[in-house]
Amino acid sequence: MAVAAAASPRTGPRPRYRSMSRDRKWALRWSYFFLCLFVVFFLLPPIYMLITSLKTSAEISAATNPWWVFHPTLDNYRELLFSNNYQVYFLNSVIVSIIVVVTTMLISVPAAFALSRMRFWGSATLATGVFLTYLIPDTLLFLPLFKMFVTFNDWTGIQLINKWYVLLIVYPTLTVPFCTWIMIGYFASIPKELDEAALIDGAGWLQTLTKIFIPVALPGLIAATIFAFTVSWAQFLYPLAFTTSTEQLVLPVGIITSLIKGDVFNWGQIMTGALLGAAPPLIIYAFLMDYYIAGLTAGATKG
Amino acid sequence: MAEVKLRKIVKRYDDVEAVRGIDLEIADHEFVVLVGPSGCGKSTTLRMIAGLEDITSGEISIAGDVVNDVPPKDRDIAMVFQNYALYPHMTVAQNMSFGLRLKRYPKKEIKQRVDEAARILDIAELLDRKPKALSGGQRQRVAMGRAIVRNPKVFLFDEPLSNLDAKLRVQMRTEIKKVHQQVRTTTVYVTHDQVEAMTLADRVVVMNQGVIEQVGTPQELYHAPKTRFVAGFIGSPAMNFIPCRIEETSGALNLRLTDALTLPIPAARADRYRGHARNGKLLLGLRPEHLTEAGPHLEPGRVPFEANLDVTEPMGMETLVYFPLNGTQVCGRVNPNAGARDGAALRMAADLNNMHLIDEATGRVI
Repeated sequence: MAVAAAASPRTGPRPRYRSMSRDRKWALRWSYFFLCLFVVFFLLPPIYMLITSLKTSAEISAATNPWWVFHPTLDNYRELLFSNNYQVYFLNSVIVSIIVVVTTMLISVPAAFALSRMRFWGSATLATGVFLTYLIPDTLLFLPLFKMFVTFNDWTGIQLINKWYVLLIVYPTLTVPFCTWIMIGYFASIPKELDEAALIDGAGWLQTLTKIFIPVALPGLIAATIFAFTVSWAQFLYPLAFTTSTEQLVLPVGIITSLIKGDVFNWGQIMTGALLGAAPPLIIYAFLMDYYIAGLTAGATKG
Repeated sequence: MAEVKLRKIVKRYDDVEAVRGIDLEIADHEFVVLVGPSGCGKSTTLRMIAGLEDITSGEISIAGDVVNDVPPKDRDIAMVFQNYALYPHMTVAQNMSFGLRLKRYPKKEIKQRVDEAARILDIAELLDRKPKALSGGQRQRVAMGRAIVRNPKVFLFDEPLSNLDAKLRVQMRTEIKKVHQQVRTTTVYVTHDQVEAMTLADRVVVMNQGVIEQVGTPQELYHAPKTRFVAGFIGSPAMNFIPCRIEETSGALNLRLTDALTLPIPAARADRYRGHARNGKLLLGLRPEHLTEAGPHLEPGRVPFEANLDVTEPMGMETLVYFPLNGTQVCGRVNPNAGARDGAALRMAADLNNMHLIDEATGRVI
């Protein structure tokens, strides 16, 4: 009503105040402006990757418009997919990421449940400690870790360095603390009465976790899964430090080591490899986003 | 057989004693309401019966078995929470049957029990809905349904109606009473609302600061409160407390309120109060309905006096009048046609047949 009145033409001097709808319009315009800015900023690199991946090496080095493909070709894709160990890297990445995601979830979900719900001596300190370990940068950790694996080899004779499965031990040191932290937050938001109701209904701790907490905190679980997958898929420093043989490499390191020979950069294939490597996380996000419905606790309590 | 017995129950959180040694026996089929202001220990007591809080000392038994160290799931109790605590990802039917499914009851029996409970609570058409698609009252019914299907020895209610609006609360109160009449399960019900307590309970337990002030039927608590706290807590508007003295003149007892106002104590009550004539710290307790306008005929025990009204509140069927008496603001209930007006004088009558005399030092009713 007020808006309509303000917008209607009237005689006499114009009122000094501005209508809500006009303010809103301007807010929207600015939002769109910044959103467009973000879209351009974030989408330009992948677009450039796509354009470059469709060019021959000759065209890439030629002094033509870098944003246009004059002679499109799929040679880069063909060569990369059927040679150059790309399939090995890809497979290694898939195996490592899936196992790391599963391990992470198996550790951090029960850990978060225990830390957020079972009050025991030192649980609060432990919860903070878990998060603090995440704040130590991995650039500081890879040397001591390397030394650790060497000592482990000396003691047991089991060689972990330069094996892809060493990453299964290393990656969770990055993913578990953060995922536990995320899940503690989600579990803490579940009303206390819900587990008390389950307790009275006859559920044990494990049943409360699997039948109540995990379904209710599903959005959090998905967020944690996406995080763990992204970290293990894109991790560069650790595989670079711990693996060297071609058949042990994962995708990010594999692309760099096999497509850069000395000072010769095979840009076309590097871009193709990066583009194809970015596909699985995208597909997984798109798939999981359907299940990522916020506000799943709606209706549990008075709300 | 499912009586609940509490013996010398104490609950201590660090330095704070939330419950300070209470004894209570709840008979089979009985509906007992724990009532008191917030922080009085009523919810803690209920949660100790449920097994959600450890007992610092004392003993709780359900149906003859001491349950101090029995986990909640093995106590055969069901609880309805203030905020319903429905499982948001399950339908109404799944919510209600969760406990039975955990105990691996046969599917047929589960369905039968859920249908029966849904019929009692009139929620049969909601069984396939999720909690978020329900209104507050419906959610509360589902929470009750979840308790009923389990067919437990004891129902525990923790302020189940305080999240509902006033109209719905009255309606659900009646529902709860009806349900109890049908299933007859021993019930312990916690509320801070004395009207709820009075209307629902077979017996009311009034708690204050971790101890039980009085246990009794609603009528007993209303007409024969044992302490000042109970007298003031039960009843709305609350009982008036007026400082007074007892004077004895030639064998008869008088209540002196002000220099100008003395009220003769009815002979029937005189013996009870005779020993307290020297006590300087006494309070006269009178409910508003015993302070009425003085009609042409005064029954014995009703003593007239003049009051200068401060405020009048017409309620329709009655008018509440407020006036000062010996330094305190006093509330009376008069007939709407008695001519009570703000600032006007009115001839009132105090019905001393229903008076209470309270020793201010001990807080006990004499």
